[in-house]
Amino acid sequence: MLEVNNLSISFIQYEKGLKQKTIQVISDLNIKISKGEILAIVGSSGSGKSLLAHAILGILPKNALMSGTILYDGRELTTKRQKKLRGNEIAFIPQSVNFLDPLMKVGSQVRSSVSAGEKKEKQRKIFDRYSLDSRTDSLFPFQLSGGMARRVLVASAVVGGAKLIVADEPTPGLHPEVVNETLGHLRELANQGCAILLITHDIGTALNVADSIAVFYSGITIEISPVSDFSGKGESLRHPYTKALWNALPQNDFNPIDGFQPSHIEQHSGCPFNSRCTFKSSECVSKLPLIRDVRFGKVRCYHAT
Amino acid sequence: MINTSFFKLILMKILRVLSLLMALCFISFFLVSHSPIDPVQAYVGADMTRVGAEQRDQIAKHWGLDKPPVERFLLWGKSILKGDMGTSMIYRSPVSEVIKQRFLASLALMGIAWILSGILGFIMGIIAAMMNGSWIDKIIKWYSLTLASTPTFWLGLLLLMVLSVKFGWFPIGMGVPAGVLAEEVTLANRINHIILPALTLSITGVANIALHTRQKLIDVLESDYILYARAKGESGFKLLLRHGLRNIALPAVTLQFASLSELFGGSVLAEQVFSYPGLGQATVQAGLRGDLPLLLGIVLFSALFVFSGNLIADIIYKLVDPRLKEGKSI
Ligand SMILES: Nc1ncnc2c1ncn2[C@@H]1O[C@H](COP(=O)(O)OP(=O)(O)OP(=O)(O)O)[C@@H](O)[C@H]1O
Ligand code: SF4
Ligand SMILES: [Mg+2]
Repeated sequence: MLEVNNLSISFIQYEKGLKQKTIQVISDLNIKISKGEILAIVGSSGSGKSLLAHAILGILPKNALMSGTILYDGRELTTKRQKKLRGNEIAFIPQSVNFLDPLMKVGSQVRSSVSAGEKKEKQRKIFDRYSLDSRTDSLFPFQLSGGMARRVLVASAVVGGAKLIVADEPTPGLHPEVVNETLGHLRELANQGCAILLITHDIGTALNVADSIAVFYSGITIEISPVSDFSGKGESLRHPYTKALWNALPQNDFNPIDGFQPSHIEQHSGCPFNSRCTFKSSECVSKLPLIRDVRFGKVRCYHAT
Repeated sequence: MINTSFFKLILMKILRVLSLLMALCFISFFLVSHSPIDPVQAYVGADMTRVGAEQRDQIAKHWGLDKPPVERFLLWGKSILKGDMGTSMIYRSPVSEVIKQRFLASLALMGIAWILSGILGFIMGIIAAMMNGSWIDKIIKWYSLTLASTPTFWLGLLLLMVLSVKFGWFPIGMGVPAGVLAEEVTLANRINHIILPALTLSITGVANIALHTRQKLIDVLESDYILYARAKGESGFKLLLRHGLRNIALPAVTLQFASLSELFGGSVLAEQVFSYPGLGQATVQAGLRGDLPLLLGIVLFSALFVFSGNLIADIIYKLVDPRLKEGKSI
């Protein structure tokens, strides 16, 4: 359904004295999602998750440079196709109600995603499906409760007949009940054949619904594993960082690792995790490891097995 | 829809302005009665040498200038409460009458400038924001910043010199043609006389609203909801209309109402340059010729005028912005 190959995104920044500097925030990134699958992207703040979502939708900021290919339905997702597909086949679920126009009633905002047919009728039907009664139509975003807002945003994605849904942090700071409800909606959509890219910094959320999990670190994918590998002491996981994430969870050892991830990778400085890695060897410092297949998953580490 | 808290708010504002006006009465009376201009001398004018001391005393007595300040203040306060605000020394009619007449003339001038600068400034701001960083944006920004620091009277003189004196396109000032009977003045005459001062006011008036609209729209275009709207497939002019204008129109309208003080200040200068017989010109006259009642009346009136603008701005916000329109939630 969707395939992202060798995606790199960089920004040009002007330093003092008009010197230009390019900062690569996503490097050589690969992911793949098929119909009916939920792929969760997990990574801490600043690892480039949102930029990946924006790249797929074609809404990167103007000063961003992108390379690599994105395939949708087997064909390249060009700017032209992105313009045609976003809002209907490819839908975006944003992080919060702040992504809705504050001065526009939610009913008519959701209707804007309906391209053809009886707009009002379609919007009503979707709202009914997510138990949003007719009074909701004429509410302004600030009048929605947290749960209603989630349902409006999901409804807005579904109303155009989405086949691929990109959800960027759809459940931040919400009541656990609302989180579960929203994730339930996503699972349901996947079961109906949608491909879903679920972006989150919370591995717990990801484990709840996803089929597989891609772990981001400083703008690269370091591991892609089926959810079933996240079990026990993380013996089936491949990358040291993924294991560390898993073991830092409260229900496991609650044992966080020290240090921070670099905000972007420096060229020729090896594995971005090396400053925090206990398995580090000389090659880890000199060259970025390539991503390779290991036991039904992928990993970017010299010493993974 | 409108609930009690809304009225409470308006009431509070009105009470506040009343106390403000009261304080203004004291302060302006104090300042004016301590001004170095001798009202009798200003009243008599150049004929001073031919007026004897006795006549002066009579004049002073006639206008109550011989009484102690406290008594004069009380007399004046009484006339305010009566509604005529005292008698203007230079126009020899009730101050309220003079203000009414003069204000109507100014209202036409300020109204035209207000609407013109509002619409033009708004459009300029939108264009600049849409083309953020381009040369058009730079020109609009430069123009607005330069104008914001251009004195109105200087611009008025420039226009007068070029358009009236050099090209002769417009009359050189006044509100109506000289030497024509009041009944014979046509609407065309009036329009002809109002264009230049209105233009002067508009040219400087666009700066504020243009810069404000530009910044507001740039913020809106960078907002999350525009990003989301684009992710939903909206684009181009439709996107601007649906989400851009909706979010910048209200602040622009309120800014326009809240900027009546600048408009009033500008019109005082413009009317002086163009000898346009409005309230601004009367203000200058009253000041120069020591017409105490008129000057005080105008001070109070203009304070009320500016306050009304601010109040209207507040009310519009409360009534139109759904986020502030309390009691309208389900
Ligand atoms: N317009 C921009 N110009 C320069 N750098 C940018 C720009 N937008 C994002 N970045 C950088 O790209 C990196 C990745 O940003 P991104 O928003 O994708 O992170 P994220 O993984 O979504 O983080 P979060 O969990 O906080 O949402 C960050 O380090 C950020 O500083
Ligand atoms: S490549 Fe080396 S430094 Fe990086 S995670 Fe693997 S072992 Fe650690
Ligand atoms: Mg993000």
